Amino acid sequence: MEELVNLFHGFAVALQPFNIMVMVLGIVLGVLIGVLPGLGGANGVAILLPLTFSMSPTSAIIMLSCIYWGALFGGAITSILFNIPGEPWSVATTFDGYPMAQQGKAGEALTAAFTSSFVGALFAVIMITLVAPLVASFALQFGPAEKFAVYFLAFCSFVGLSKEPPFKTIAAMMMGFALAAVGLDSITGQLRLTFGFTELLNGFDFLIAVIGLFGIGEILLTMEEGLAFRGGNGKIDLRVVLKTWMGLPKFWMTSLRSCLIGCWMGVTPAGATPASFMSYGIAKRVAKNGKNFGKGEIEGVVAPETAAHAAGTAALLPMLSLGVPGSPTAAVLLGGLLIWGLQPGPMLFVEQKEFVWGLIASMYLGNLVGLLVVLTCVPVFAAILRVPFSIIAPLILVLCAIGAYSVHSSTFDVVLMLVFGVIGYLLKKCNYPLAPLVLAIVLGDKAEEAFRQSLLGSGGSLGIFFSNGLVSSIMVLGLIALFWSAIQEGWSRLRPPAAVA
Amino acid sequence: MKNSILRLALASVAALCVGSVPADAAWEPVRPVEFIVPAGTGGGADQMARTIQGIVTKHNLMKQPLVVINKSGGAGGEGFLDVKSSANNPHKIIITLSNLFTTPLATGIPFSWKDMTPVAMLALDEFVLWVNADKPYKTVKDYVDAAKAGGLKMGGTGSKQEDQIITVGIEKATGTKFTYIPYKGGGEVAVQLVGGHVDSTVNNPIEAVAQWRGGKLRPLCVFDSKPMNYDEQIADGKAWKDIPTCKSQGLDLEYVMLRGIFMGPKATKDQVQYYVDLFTKVRATPEWQDFMKSGAFNTTFMTGADYAKWVEGEEKRHETLMKEAGFIGTGN
Repeated sequence: MEELVNLFHGFAVALQPFNIMVMVLGIVLGVLIGVLPGLGGANGVAILLPLTFSMSPTSAIIMLSCIYWGALFGGAITSILFNIPGEPWSVATTFDGYPMAQQGKAGEALTAAFTSSFVGALFAVIMITLVAPLVASFALQFGPAEKFAVYFLAFCSFVGLSKEPPFKTIAAMMMGFALAAVGLDSITGQLRLTFGFTELLNGFDFLIAVIGLFGIGEILLTMEEGLAFRGGNGKIDLRVVLKTWMGLPKFWMTSLRSCLIGCWMGVTPAGATPASFMSYGIAKRVAKNGKNFGKGEIEGVVAPETAAHAAGTAALLPMLSLGVPGSPTAAVLLGGLLIWGLQPGPMLFVEQKEFVWGLIASMYLGNLVGLLVVLTCVPVFAAILRVPFSIIAPLILVLCAIGAYSVHSSTFDVVLMLVFGVIGYLLKKCNYPLAPLVLAIVLGDKAEEAFRQSLLGSGGSLGIFFSNGLVSSIMVLGLIALFWSAIQEGWSRLRPPAAVA
Repeated sequence: MKNSILRLALASVAALCVGSVPADAAWEPVRPVEFIVPAGTGGGADQMARTIQGIVTKHNLMKQPLVVINKSGGAGGEGFLDVKSSANNPHKIIITLSNLFTTPLATGIPFSWKDMTPVAMLALDEFVLWVNADKPYKTVKDYVDAAKAGGLKMGGTGSKQEDQIITVGIEKATGTKFTYIPYKGGGEVAVQLVGGHVDSTVNNPIEAVAQWRGGKLRPLCVFDSKPMNYDEQIADGKAWKDIPTCKSQGLDLEYVMLRGIFMGPKATKDQVQYYVDLFTKVRATPEWQDFMKSGAFNTTFMTGADYAKWVEGEEKRHETLMKEAGFIGTGN
């Protein structure tokens, strides 16, 4: 196995004392970046990129990719504790993570999130080690039609998830699509729905909407309920980690499925966000206690976190082997590679062996270091919930405001965040589900773009979505997911009455 | 002030590593300088800005930190409007691409380059006509013949921006018709070509070079008046300079893209001179030269009246090109 020889050589590179040091530094910085909503992995890596110019390319990429792992880990913390997703792919983690924290099980939720992240990343990096060239050529088959099919599947596997009436789900989703349409239309190059306001040129950034809808909305709800901060009574010592671990193996099926979804989404490259939503949606359908999802089910934390981290890791593969980034953070790393004089692409694996395998080895080590760092901090994070709400609420507000501001360095965004907060509060009071709204804001413009690119290519014929085996099978999967409950019902009616009894 | 507290905090960490340098210009920044990129992270302009930031940090070229900020909204209009509204603020500079001309024309955003103070042209980015290496088109003629049969798809970055302007230019010059499909970034465009989802692209060298070296893409011609000036072999024993000009191949079209620096309105002579000196120093570093080589840039450098004149000429040219193509936005 030539790959394994290369990998061990890579470990030798990654285990140099200086590289271990930058690894730990990167993880800690990354966790901080992940915790601050709005700052985000891409921004964090971009800001710290110049710091690494004096290092060798291998040390530099180790540090930057560790910031990336750290941000992936850190995104889960605020999602679970405060219902504020620090990163887009943590949104699905809030669905069950936050209810768990409210029930005093923050420690369990955090442990499950971190461990699943690690499992997802490990799975993806093993895949990169063994089948990198094969997977890279798979990614090449994804044109606009295939991409749209993937987004279609993500939406479909999410429709009907909510306990709310389908019309409320659809209304919320349509509102998300409308918000996603604001700004520059990338197909025609025209501005849409900006009404002459230059502030709206950028459209509604997903992060600002999420910080408002979830973070501010939640604070408003808690205030209404008399400033009681639920979940402050959780036990907080390291034993909770071990106890949670004991319970995790029984979710192996969910983990495996989420790993596969994550790798697929990361490579294609649709990214970590659809991966986490899709994985959550499917887990809810398939799991035994799926109907309890959203009420604090640990499996509902495992599924999205595993998929998000597997996707985040797998996203580096198309970046290295094709030069096309699978995520915004990967795009910044790509810029870094070019600055260091390395050309990502088919030749990188041949010409820069030490660099590539040093990076892959650092994925193994970086994630392990990351897991240790965040797990030891679980009690500390969980203890934050013991601080009285009247003290912590203003802090969260400030954190949200800074986060919203730092997305585009714009004060308008802070106001927008507050508006979204009120909208979030109202929607929750009227029992409209927020998840479809958020999903549509995140993926709406991407799905639209892919759809219109496909139709441009086909001359307007919808047949392009069933024009080859790959795209047809994804579309059919999507349709099955969409009509799953109808299919299930029909199935049970068709079965002989004896089986029902 | 529109400074991001977090960005500045992190940038000052970077600044701690920088010692002090004696100043030789009459004016110099007294606080961190914002370096606006009117495009997303990871694109060509962003890469150049961050390379400059790295060079400035590594060689201690400034006492104050240089902070790169992306303002990509509305095809870069957000960034340009920010600089336009920053009169008398010498602590803000912006790097431009062709959207300096195309964005106001296509979207009707109230902005022109004359609202800013020109500082320097750093380089010109080339455009190359690429096809998939598995396709039978070996020369521009093969390709144009195939295009005349119709139905070829051209992939490009953005809508009503440089790639589509070139596509319309090719259509005019050859009497053909393409289906233009816009994508978000140049790297994605190159991969779509490798995957066979489009038939050709006009990627910048840096966006497609990796796929060329990997034997996946084939360059047909460069849209400049003379071949590129880099003789290092890239693939099949060919170097950048072996790519013929499109004009010499019977496709009469030239297009290069500005990579230049502007600052806010009402900048003083001293302030402009400070940045001209800074970029002269940046251009002298080996890192910059490596960067130019990796992207096969045209290294023309211009300042002052020459630069302003060049920009004015380009603006007229873009206006004509966009008008002919029917790309002028309704907002005007």
